Amino acid sequence: MITIPYLTAVSTYFSYGLLFAFGQLRDYSRLIFDWWTTSDLHGYAPICLAHEDFYIRRLYHRIQDCFGRPISSAPDAWVDVVERFSNDNNKTLKRTTKSTRCLNLGSYNYLGFGSYDEFCTPLVIESLKKFSPSTCSSRVDAGTTSVHAELEECVANYVGKPAAIVTGMGYATNSAIIPVLIGKGGLIISDSLNHTSIVNGARGSGATIRVFQHNTPAHLERVLKEQIAEGQPRTHRPWKKIMVVVEGIYSMEGEICQLPEIVSICKKYKAYVYLDEAHSIGAIGKTGRGVCELLGVDTADVDIMMGTFTKSFGACGGYIAGSKDLIQYLKYHCPAHLYATSISTPSAQQIISAIQVILGEDGSNRGAQKLARIRENSNFFRAELQKMGFEVLGDNDSPVMPIMLYNPAKIPAFSRECLRENVAVVVVGFPATPLLLARARICISASHSREDLLKALKVISKAGDLTGIKYFPAAPKKQEEEKGTIKLD
Amino acid sequence: MDTNLVEMFRASLNWVTMILDAPSARVVLFGVRIQGHIFVEVLLGFVIVFLLSQKSYKPPQRPLTEQEIDELCDEWVPEPLIPPITEDMRHEPPVLESAAGPHTTVDGKDVVNFASANYLGLIGHEKLLESCTSALEKYGVGSCGPRGFYGTIDVHLDCETRISKFLGTPDTILYSYGLSTMFSTIPCFCKRGDIIVADEGVHWGIQNGLQLSRSTIIYFKHNDMDSLRSTLEKIMTKNKRSKNLRRYIVAEAVYQNSGQIAPLDEIVKLKEKYRFRVILDESNSLGVLGRSGRGLAEHHGVPIEKIDVVTAAMGHALATEGGFCTGNARIIDYQRLSSSGYVFSASLPPYLASAAITAIDVIDQNPDLLVKMKQNIALLWKGLSDIKGMSLGSDPESPIVFLKLEKSTGSTKDDLLLLEKMADRALKEDSLLVVSSKKSFLDKCRLPVGIKLFVSAGHSDSDLIKASESLKRLASELLL
Repeated sequence: MITIPYLTAVSTYFSYGLLFAFGQLRDYSRLIFDWWTTSDLHGYAPICLAHEDFYIRRLYHRIQDCFGRPISSAPDAWVDVVERFSNDNNKTLKRTTKSTRCLNLGSYNYLGFGSYDEFCTPLVIESLKKFSPSTCSSRVDAGTTSVHAELEECVANYVGKPAAIVTGMGYATNSAIIPVLIGKGGLIISDSLNHTSIVNGARGSGATIRVFQHNTPAHLERVLKEQIAEGQPRTHRPWKKIMVVVEGIYSMEGEICQLPEIVSICKKYKAYVYLDEAHSIGAIGKTGRGVCELLGVDTADVDIMMGTFTKSFGACGGYIAGSKDLIQYLKYHCPAHLYATSISTPSAQQIISAIQVILGEDGSNRGAQKLARIRENSNFFRAELQKMGFEVLGDNDSPVMPIMLYNPAKIPAFSRECLRENVAVVVVGFPATPLLLARARICISASHSREDLLKALKVISKAGDLTGIKYFPAAPKKQEEEKGTIKLD
Repeated sequence: MDTNLVEMFRASLNWVTMILDAPSARVVLFGVRIQGHIFVEVLLGFVIVFLLSQKSYKPPQRPLTEQEIDELCDEWVPEPLIPPITEDMRHEPPVLESAAGPHTTVDGKDVVNFASANYLGLIGHEKLLESCTSALEKYGVGSCGPRGFYGTIDVHLDCETRISKFLGTPDTILYSYGLSTMFSTIPCFCKRGDIIVADEGVHWGIQNGLQLSRSTIIYFKHNDMDSLRSTLEKIMTKNKRSKNLRRYIVAEAVYQNSGQIAPLDEIVKLKEKYRFRVILDESNSLGVLGRSGRGLAEHHGVPIEKIDVVTAAMGHALATEGGFCTGNARIIDYQRLSSSGYVFSASLPPYLASAAITAIDVIDQNPDLLVKMKQNIALLWKGLSDIKGMSLGSDPESPIVFLKLEKSTGSTKDDLLLLEKMADRALKEDSLLVVSSKKSFLDKCRLPVGIKLFVSAGHSDSDLIKASESLKRLASELLL
């Protein structure tokens, strides 16, 4: 849990208050100014109401150049960020043809498959020539090729479940699968910091939704007991089924879920477990099999395992793995399987090849090297940042590290300062995070070398000094360094 | 006895009167002479105040004890996660071993493919494959991030500009999945309290978007303009007051569930009369309708500015994946920050975006593909016009040729099984791949089910004749 220092909270509130006041002043003067011009709506209601996009117009537009930066090369360890300029005070940004080579600390490229790979890309190009980019058909009509069948088997074996179903987009997997499994009369208990796709899927299903405190199994147990005893709201009939939804790594906190405790509680109260491994599959665990392998949980205890291929495998799409009957039922009823175009065949080939590299089936040990490197890199980087005095969130071994910024003015300052020194970082503010808790999020990749990380540390330290985000005292310098200097003398 | 009682009563009455009348008879309080009866009234007043101040009776609240909660938790038995699997759920789809063009390979045999929405035959086109290969070598496969966090690649921006130029609209936004385009766009603009009038035959993506928006939804009869007019009349007479209430009409250009084409000129007339906005899904009409393939607006001669929001999935005529939404700059800008399928999801893989750019270039340079496709549709219609047991339910110009059952067996489930058997036999006996309708229990559309054929510009005349012969034979065997 993040506890914000008192002085920082006061100054953050003050900053937001100032921005809000100025925004309202400008809105008011715009209203007076527009009094004379006629509106071009002719009896239609305005499509975006004024108060709905106040935040966008008055706060977000000022720092718009920190978000949505286009790149003109593959999202590898080093990336070409396109330069943009603005003539109207950041309201619109125009591209130029120039680009700067920056160190990429923002893309989800955990195992380094995001660019040309010597094993995967030739196979992908071959499959492209044979099957063409799209099948233009849904899986049940003419969209299943031999590659799709191989992919589902491969994924099921890798994750450790009997069968799997694959769709073309991770977000749509959650939105389309949760309504099939649970409906009105059921209960979904989800973690308070779950991703929007899970929230949308839960809302679309029609079941009752309850939230438990982030990553606190004790609170989950309390909520479960209360809800089972009370039954459905108003009628008090017993619930038809209960599903608990958690994520493997939470993308805005970098924390790993406490899976063994949650699974034992769910077994005791007969609830079903739905695990969303979007960020953790391929990135943690000895062979990259995700949070179950890292924490020693038997995959048979987790009823539904979901994940995406965008992060560690460098492709697109999502999967659900479970028992054979579950997957057969989903193939018959899931709307993403029946109505949507099937996943692009070259992407499917990329996933198969990436899994083969990770497991070492391509004949080299590149997979094991990548997994070891990402673990080393993450732990080294996190330890160094904490030594410098930054407030870094997340558990050990997790490749996602948020650095707390808090103040709204530090968001663009940190981002622009790092870009000036050719390091590309991601900053996140409201509404993806709570209003006071803005942060910069670093994603480490296996393709970062030790020199890259040292350069990044130097630049981040300098930017941190300038913006004043070293909220903790820095650790004292090591004794050996002193001894070294004495020896040289 | 009686006299004693009466005597006693009279004595007590006298006594009471004496007490009441005695000393207080001479007291004057605030100009009012205190007399005996005032004491009775004051006493009654106290009684009333006492009764009013009593709390009303509530049965005592007894929350469940820990032991009772534990017992309830032990007794509770959940339903199984999924209902038991029946035989018809085990049906396996055909597995292709080559590209899904007009001819494909299933189980080692060459099969004529009417199941891919490859309307202009762009699957396997060399220009597309070339541009994809160079994009793959430069960018790899995935884009590794959402659009806001270094997932915007210059190919995406080029694709958006190209689509805007092709359709003649100010701006475009790209989505990474065709199905998610509609269910991310609609909740962006429609919130609780707004009114949406939608066609009852829209596909699941739109239905999900309507449900997530939590607005008031009113369905009108499939493709029936009179029903639409009366629905709009009814709404406008009921809700004249609110100025901030937004009103939308949602329709598809070519309906996926029935093959009908929406009469856009009438819809635009109605929309202007009643001040509604139109959201149109052009997935199956882009690259198909209109003289140069620019969609339904060109087909009906309506200027594209009159349609407020146009969305389309690119997995049909453009032979790539993903979707886009186009309209005026304010609408598109707003979606870049509040559309959940855009902000919280990884962006489209760059090779698919470059495939889209190449596909649009090919359509621009080769208008004869559209002519060939229209000829193929006409030929297929001629071949299927005398089929027994089924009737053609789609529009004569739509690329989705829909054959619906003339006489239903009674239940939708049996209809679906019959159609599945027909499609299986077409594949096994005549090497013909067609689509039988499939319904999920989440789909609320109640239109009749049937067999769908997607006509492509790559089909030859012999393919079309073979398809009509085969379907006529199977229909007469299975349905009569």
